[in-house]
Amino acid sequence: MTNILPRKDVVIIGLGWTGSILANELADEGLDVLAIERGPWRDTGTDFNIGYVQDELRYGIRRDLFLQPAVEAMTMRNNVSQTALPIRDYGSFLPGNGVGGAGVHWNGHTWRFWDSDFEIHSKLTERYGAARLEGLQLQDWGITGAEIEPYYDRFEYLAGISGKAGNINGKIQSGGNPFESSRSRDYPLPPMQMTYAPTLFAEGARSIGWHPFPTPSANLSEAYVNPLGVAMGQCTFCGFCERFGCANYSKASAQTTILPVLMKKKNFQLRTDSEVLHIDLDKSGKMARGVTYVDSSGVEFYQPADMVLVCAFGLHNTRLMMLSGIGKIYDPQTGEGTIGRNYAYQTVSGAQFFFDDKNFNPFIAAGALGQTVDDFNGDAFDHGPLDFVGGAGINCLPSNGRPIATRPVPPGTPRWGSQWKKATVSAYKSTMSLFSQGSSYPTSYNHLDLDPTYKDRFGRPLMRITFDFPDNDLRMSHYVSDRMVELGNALGGRETVVPKLKKGWDALAYQTTHNTGGVVMGNDPRTSAVNRYLQSWDVPNVFVVGASAFAHNAGKNPTGTVGALAFWAADAIRNQYLRNPGTALVSA
Amino acid sequence: MRHSLALLVTTAMCAVLSPWSASAADQADQISRGQYQAILGDCAACHTKPGGQPLAGGAPLETPFGPLVPPNITPDLETGIGSWTAEEFKTMMRTGIGHGGKRLYPAMPYPAYTKMSDRDVSDLWQYLTTVQPVKNEVEANQLPFPFNIRFSLFGWNLLNFTEGTYQADPSRSDEWNRGAYLVTGAGHCSTCHTPKSIMGADQEGQFLKGSSLQGWYAPDITGGNHTGIGSWTSDDIVTYLKTGVGTKTIASGPMAEAIENSTSRMEDADLAAIATYLKSLPDDSKATSTALPANDPRMIAGQAIYRDNCSACHSADGKGAMPLFPALSGNQIVQQGSPETPAHLVLFGSQGAQTDARPTNPSMPSLAWRLSDKQVADVLTYVRNSWGNAAPAVTESDIKKTMESR
Repeated sequence: MTNILPRKDVVIIGLGWTGSILANELADEGLDVLAIERGPWRDTGTDFNIGYVQDELRYGIRRDLFLQPAVEAMTMRNNVSQTALPIRDYGSFLPGNGVGGAGVHWNGHTWRFWDSDFEIHSKLTERYGAARLEGLQLQDWGITGAEIEPYYDRFEYLAGISGKAGNINGKIQSGGNPFESSRSRDYPLPPMQMTYAPTLFAEGARSIGWHPFPTPSANLSEAYVNPLGVAMGQCTFCGFCERFGCANYSKASAQTTILPVLMKKKNFQLRTDSEVLHIDLDKSGKMARGVTYVDSSGVEFYQPADMVLVCAFGLHNTRLMMLSGIGKIYDPQTGEGTIGRNYAYQTVSGAQFFFDDKNFNPFIAAGALGQTVDDFNGDAFDHGPLDFVGGAGINCLPSNGRPIATRPVPPGTPRWGSQWKKATVSAYKSTMSLFSQGSSYPTSYNHLDLDPTYKDRFGRPLMRITFDFPDNDLRMSHYVSDRMVELGNALGGRETVVPKLKKGWDALAYQTTHNTGGVVMGNDPRTSAVNRYLQSWDVPNVFVVGASAFAHNAGKNPTGTVGALAFWAADAIRNQYLRNPGTALVSA
Repeated sequence: MRHSLALLVTTAMCAVLSPWSASAADQADQISRGQYQAILGDCAACHTKPGGQPLAGGAPLETPFGPLVPPNITPDLETGIGSWTAEEFKTMMRTGIGHGGKRLYPAMPYPAYTKMSDRDVSDLWQYLTTVQPVKNEVEANQLPFPFNIRFSLFGWNLLNFTEGTYQADPSRSDEWNRGAYLVTGAGHCSTCHTPKSIMGADQEGQFLKGSSLQGWYAPDITGGNHTGIGSWTSDDIVTYLKTGVGTKTIASGPMAEAIENSTSRMEDADLAAIATYLKSLPDDSKATSTALPANDPRMIAGQAIYRDNCSACHSADGKGAMPLFPALSGNQIVQQGSPETPAHLVLFGSQGAQTDARPTNPSMPSLAWRLSDKQVADVLTYVRNSWGNAAPAVTESDIKKTMESR
């Protein structure tokens, strides 16, 4: 039996970054807001206790903060000719779980996508001709960089991002990223103090004519009080960011930036340990009536609401739309349907430079402490003579020197025994690691849909991921790997190791949790699931917010753009939608 | 509560055209002033249960004599104070003798409220008659024999209680007198901050010099520099009471509640008056502490524990990082005669006060699970005797006592 609850103005599914931002904005608007979160309540003092949070085995290896496959698994395959099998242990990517979502355990790299990203199809066609984009399913986002700029700014000031602007109102700033799009003002805090590895990386990069700059970081360089009045602390360089919650209030998350204010609001309520099964539609199928969820004791509730905001992790957003029957599921054979379309990932590759005479003290670190080179990212360079589009940031971000997992050794070293121990001792302090954060461009065949065989604990079909690295992206990655070799040679270490990314994505080894697309935004309802305001084309009182809206993934971490889109959607709801609720902000 | 008041005020304003208009407007004014008296007196601190209906009865107060439960003071006829008259209320506030001649236990701070003016008491009464009546039977007296015999309070009052409204000191400024009136009257600061005799009465000559309370230590708030607030400017005090965050410290424990419910909602002029008065209280402490030498074994052990467990937030030099991480260097709360508050913070953790101006309310995590009593004692000894701090060493038995207080 389903229990029927009193109506709410707004139901938000998932209380991570986007859910918190939207909840706070709409509560300020005076609406009665309820957030329903699948995982537990989490707060700094109780859950990221300074006394035990730096437990690598518990959090880093056993992944205590993450979604467990028993709660929700997914199936995966590389192409449509294969039969997908369940991911029984999340490895390649690690979805978050609980209040704060993946924003709890991130490293804190906080990027803006460039103006050329939001109009990627138009700009690349203009520059290189339509033929260059063949085999890719690139499309414009329906917004411009200038439109989204103020919302990036709001996110950066909310989160206390530490960095150096490279372009303020069209003027290039020395010390910043000269390739970034124009911004209205600098970051709220100066860059973090650099450790030795990124300092040396920057020297080497400059020596070969590149333009290194401090990576914009959500690990705070100084104490900060954000516009909501919430105070954050200066990062202590403990080196426990990714996979961990921050005990020092130094890493931006919903917990450290919004929740202290949001949780006190009388018109906001949170229900944790409650999983939304689906969004309920009225008889016409054109309006949402609310959501159905199950609490931790298995009791089912129907929660009526005037508006539903889907704010879970991008992959979960896509699946919820499918399970709710909103829009049509994408079919790679016909190209019809939009839910599950333009799924993209991130094209990541690494490099290790082994030195004999350096001591990098890798344990003095923070998740986003380092330097980046964007000379080969996005549209920063001429692809005319090249055989691909897109690019990658080259990053020296030595985020940790943790004892279990950070054990760099040169190729050919035995994997155990005295030789391995010897190599570990010699390489631990003297190895510089880089990675290239590459763009991932959509194709007609990479997509998400529902698995025909495997079901979750409630009997709902699992989501099926069909993905492999497109040839374009592999060519891009190899090109950037060659650049990293150049840098390694310039730095003159003993050994430069730059393995190249191969076809055949697998779900085992960790690569990145930057899964994008599935419910993409755009101006054409045939190729996008939500309009430019992230409002469903099919059910206008449903908004879907997150990386699920990305029409492609750039060579940058997604969180900055996710935050900006949340503020952008909140603004559209507050200033446009609420004047005439239940109607489409853009006519199809 | 605010809503019902707003409604009343609106009703009163609508009545402007009616023959009763003048009295209605006056009444609205009076109720509004009475609500402010309830804030000054922090009635809700005791009479509202956490998460409960406003003023419908509080959580039990653990006194050295046994539990007392703050009664329902909503105007419910049967279970609240709905059947009281204004005169009975005034008598109770003045003398501790309630409806039907029943004597109140001095957990109800009538020894302070007796100082309130007739007008303020009458305003408060008017306000209390307007709050939402709630039916909630409370048995206030849950004391064991012989303390449950209310007549014993007759003797207590004879020995410990002086009735009478506040008498202004004409040699002092109006601001000082306002401060004295608030601190000794409605604000009833001495209920927590003045040490108590074996009978539970304020100790002679120890006014606001600090006292143990529910496993915490309500610190010395007289004008002394070492343990008192002599080194605080008036602005520092006002900011602390308004926001919960001072220049070096963040309110926690019972004071966080007092700030959230009461002082953060007081008028700035009243906070300034309180500051003026407190700073004028003489520093006549005879004992001055000298810091333990750094080579004391407890100091050496304490420093190592501090570096490992505390310095990431409170910094190696004890300066902290306000407004998030309190400074320990020069912070009076760590240098009180009793180490109960810092011991409580280390053992159980705490969440700071949350106010509109300072919404973060950061947490001090509990460290009891990973530090032995000896380690807690040593690290507190170190904190109390470093960076210019000086206070008696902390012993394992001090820590055990705090551990058992909960």
